[in-house]
Amino acid sequence: MTYSPKVIDHFQNPRNVGSLPKDDPHVGTGLVGAPECGDVMKLQIRINPDTGIIDEAKFKTFGCGSAIASSSLVTEWLKGRTLDQALAITNGEIANELQLPPVKIHCSVLAEDAVKAAIADYQRKREAGMAAVR
Amino acid sequence: MKLPIYMDHHATAPVDPRVLEAMLPYFTHEFGNPASRNHAFGWAAEKAVEHARQQVADLIGAMPKEIVFTSGATEANNLALKGAAAMYAEKGNHIVTCVIEHKAVLDPCHQLEKQGFHVTLLPVRKDGRIDLDEMRAAVTPKTTLISIMTANNEIGVIQPVAEVGAIAKEAGSLFHTDAVQAVGKIPFDVNQVKADLVSMSGHKIYGPKGVGALYVRRRNPRVLLDEQISGGGHERGIRSGTLNVPGIVGLGKAAELCRLEMADESVRLRRLRDRLHEKLHQHLDGIYVNGSMEHRLPHSLNVSFAYVEGESLLMGINDVAVSSGSACTSASLEPSYVLKALGAGDDLAHSSIRFGLGRWTTEEEVDYVAEKVAAVVRRLREMSPLYELMKEGVELGSHRDAR
Repeated sequence: MTYSPKVIDHFQNPRNVGSLPKDDPHVGTGLVGAPECGDVMKLQIRINPDTGIIDEAKFKTFGCGSAIASSSLVTEWLKGRTLDQALAITNGEIANELQLPPVKIHCSVLAEDAVKAAIADYQRKREAGMAAVR
Repeated sequence: MKLPIYMDHHATAPVDPRVLEAMLPYFTHEFGNPASRNHAFGWAAEKAVEHARQQVADLIGAMPKEIVFTSGATEANNLALKGAAAMYAEKGNHIVTCVIEHKAVLDPCHQLEKQGFHVTLLPVRKDGRIDLDEMRAAVTPKTTLISIMTANNEIGVIQPVAEVGAIAKEAGSLFHTDAVQAVGKIPFDVNQVKADLVSMSGHKIYGPKGVGALYVRRRNPRVLLDEQISGGGHERGIRSGTLNVPGIVGLGKAAELCRLEMADESVRLRRLRDRLHEKLHQHLDGIYVNGSMEHRLPHSLNVSFAYVEGESLLMGINDVAVSSGSACTSASLEPSYVLKALGAGDDLAHSSIRFGLGRWTTEEEVDYVAEKVAAVVRRLREMSPLYELMKEGVELGSHRDAR
């Protein structure tokens, strides 16, 4: 398989590799995929409580080069967005940007799922937090 | 040292320059058709083909008349399985083979199943070898054919073929072995193994692509095959089609070189392979050899690097040519069925790399590959959530989509 220059760039120089404290109330964590399927993505976002804007995004991915590139790219896109803007990211945009071939579309789907899972986790925490305050 | 480094000799091997030299005249001035019985051009070509037949026979302890040239090992496997199944259909309709056979054996068997034959697929143990008791239990009076590979193309594990041959003999079944990966690499004798049909390939033994051979036993018993390609009645009616003379000459020369050099070459390659294995272990933890280390081709190593996906590892070591059992590197998007059959778990299949050393592999290359692989595995583990979870002590057996 030949890779697009953008996939190679993100694979060789992945952006935002790492972890955020998952118990931080302002951090949302998404963990999607399964080892036996060959792809596991962990994506984390931290939301600035004052502005509601994502100010930090980190990932760790077990998977092929396209999966690593998809998660790396999406962490770049997440920073500076509101949650609604983040939810608007589609796998099609990721696949387009990285010029993924059809057999690698599932990598971009997984990245979109990871974003949605991270946001859902954050929102669960917020609701739980509010319930505790009440 | 020249980059990229080729360490994928199970897939194919370069033609040995001595083989090429032997072949060249047969493209140009010795271009005759061996079927031309009435002129010097034909006689020269026939002589070259018969010399090659002798060279191939000598490598496996056969008689030259027992060698049928084919377009490759896939054709040889198809001819052996379909040819024998059809020829002996009146005697029985049962074939015994095993789950880790090459697709060129499994697919013909599936086709035969559709035609009404019964196929038993034996499992393998964790070490990649079949269980001989299960083999004995599977064989019935209706079993006409047992097909077990000599050595596996993915994991390099050698099967107890001599024992299988004895079981087949006792049961009155024919024994076919796909010996593509083994012939020329380890000693192989058709009589010691009691094989009736043996598939071989040119390009795995430093010969050209597009040529192979099927050994067909002529004595005790005399094996008959239904022809699969009909035409001019070449190869004693078993395989029609004008003979690929340059290819056959190349296969013959390659077989001769293997016969003469195998003893030294296998010692050298085993030492280099063990060096690669040791160096990987020195550099890394969480690595697992797939298949028996004891019953293994000398140039072969298949390793899973836990927490790292195989295709990304291949991408990271892009100046080293190896292959992976990862789903992402296969056309089917399924992880290697061979590694799955060992029962190690799909995650380790996704993390596997096959190293295949060859005639021109150097110690310097082995050291380079070991260090490069270790560096890339470390880098990928740093970005692997599985590695992080393992360090945190979380068991991630099957973390389904958190959707």
